[in-house]
Amino acid sequence: MLRWVQLAPTNHTWGFSKCHIIHPNTLPQKAGVGYKAQHLNDILKDPNSIGWIEIHAENYMGDGGRPIAQLKHLREMFPVSCHGVGLSIGSESPLDTDHLARLKKLVDWLEPAMFSEHLAWSTHDTSFLNDLLPVPYTQDVADRVVEHIQQVQETVGRQMLLENPSTYVAFAQSDMSEIDFLTDVATRSGCGLLLDINNVFVSATNQKYSPKEYIDAYPTEHVGEIHLGGHEEDSDEHGDTLLIDSHSRAVVDPVWELYEYTLAKAGARPTLIEWDNDIPEWNVLANEATLADALLARHNQIAAQ
Amino acid sequence: MSAFQDTFTSALLDPAQPTPNGLIDPNGRVAGKRFDVYRNNVVHSLIDAMGDAFPAVKKIVGEDFFDAMAGVYVRAHPPKTPMMMFYGQDFPAFLRGFGPAQSLPYLPDVAALELARRDCYHAADADPADAMILTTLAPEALMETRFELVPSAVLFQSENPAHSIWQFNMVEPFQITATHEWVLLTRPEMDVMAHNLDAATYAFLRAIQNNETLAISADAGLAIDPKFDLSTAIGLMMRTQIIHQVKS
Amino acid sequence: MSNSVKTLTIAAAVATAAASMATTASAANVKCYGVALAGENGCAAGPGTSCAGSSTVDYQGNAWKIVAEGTCATMELPAAADGSMRKGSLEALDRDLPA
Repeated sequence: MLRWVQLAPTNHTWGFSKCHIIHPNTLPQKAGVGYKAQHLNDILKDPNSIGWIEIHAENYMGDGGRPIAQLKHLREMFPVSCHGVGLSIGSESPLDTDHLARLKKLVDWLEPAMFSEHLAWSTHDTSFLNDLLPVPYTQDVADRVVEHIQQVQETVGRQMLLENPSTYVAFAQSDMSEIDFLTDVATRSGCGLLLDINNVFVSATNQKYSPKEYIDAYPTEHVGEIHLGGHEEDSDEHGDTLLIDSHSRAVVDPVWELYEYTLAKAGARPTLIEWDNDIPEWNVLANEATLADALLARHNQIAAQ
Repeated sequence: MSAFQDTFTSALLDPAQPTPNGLIDPNGRVAGKRFDVYRNNVVHSLIDAMGDAFPAVKKIVGEDFFDAMAGVYVRAHPPKTPMMMFYGQDFPAFLRGFGPAQSLPYLPDVAALELARRDCYHAADADPADAMILTTLAPEALMETRFELVPSAVLFQSENPAHSIWQFNMVEPFQITATHEWVLLTRPEMDVMAHNLDAATYAFLRAIQNNETLAISADAGLAIDPKFDLSTAIGLMMRTQIIHQVKS
Repeated sequence: MSNSVKTLTIAAAVATAAASMATTASAANVKCYGVALAGENGCAAGPGTSCAGSSTVDYQGNAWKIVAEGTCATMELPAAADGSMRKGSLEALDRDLPA
């Protein structure tokens, strides 16, 4: 089995304010944003407002044309994190090797600074369901996820980060906590973890546990990247709060607070602002990144004392 | 174990089915509305992807009709790959058999054109050849010359005026007079451009694309129309920069 | 047409086409910006309050009641080859379907 070098978070930052022609093969400890094509011109006008970008791998698996041309241009300006949304690592069936080959092709030319996927499934038989569907937390499922991650890492030739999900249901059959599940998978597969703070908040609210206790127990030494995003509030048929991971709004205050709490425990990490629905004007998104940068700077200041 | 994702998938796409066993809320109750969140995510996101893929069809029938029709489609034809930008390949065939849309017989052709435009948009990049090289070839060599076209050169024809209908809806309304239409789609930079063809030029370009010689391709055009103008057709190939390679 | 005549015809066509090109050759100017098209993959949920996933539209058994309210009602098309008119109509779409 291949072993992967553990992520070693560093405290230095890249000198991006002066020069935008390098793309170091690591993410800076700064805020990045999920790239949306409608923001391209604004980003080109104002590249210093963000430290890096993240793209959804599946959107760049065409043969050519504008999407790929844009990405080739952007990778010369920014470190790029490649975030897969369709690999279906939690599938009961084997991974789609055609899709794995497409992913390898993309990663080979893009040389992203980071590569991540989700603890979820989305393909069944030959149908792709376009959502991040939940898995029960049992040892059997952990074994299967470890196998799939190893297959991904061996095919793509690099470590991947695994992201914790937003969940709306629980499984009666689960006999492990999400933390124990993620820790077991990361330890055995050698993958890193992508800690989505908004997902922690959404799942904790929906499943009625404390998000801070989740962070306390989380194996932060495996974390290579943090996600922040907005959610919407709904309720279930019993009147219980049900948060939906919509990425359609600004990050809410309790999630910012949980982010600061996480930084204090885990240290600074490259932090992404995700906004995928009802996408705002560029300055609104850039302001979210600025806020994350401010919290990172404050954390570094406190840590240095 | 492997039955579970079967049940889950089947219940996702069929709201008449109950929440799969074992899905609960934090109090151990059946996760009814909580499971519906996944149902919504799947169906809603796929309907949205269909709307992105078929904007002209959507405009023709209106949003309510389109979303309901796409809702039927996405349950019957879920995507076969995780790439949403290629979803909807079966939509023209689906429309041909979809009862409520039968009074719009041109709809499948418009959907097929939207797929062709999408193929053009995502096709592999390829540099055009210097077509002037043709002027250096001897007449006998020209006869036998074959061409490799750039991947973004897409030929489309339809018995209904799909291209005019697309323009009417996506560019601006005008009096549509065409019936059968023949179109060459190209991608000079990153945007799709459509060039109206006649039947003979379409036949000529189709032969060229199928790796026939210039002589045989010219015959294919003449077979459709004795007045087929070869110099105009070759001029179109040069002007649109669709020749990737001249094989003489 | 004899083969030699055809040879000359094709050569002439190429010459004419090339002449009409004059000096229109332009440097490849790849623009990667501009309007992006096509559906995209995301990793977020859609609107949770929407009922798109938990209700279906029954289009069997005469149950389709949704009227098309797009451009089909106003777009005039010439008659098809078989003489039938191709203007869409609301009435036609609202008709009963064979069960």
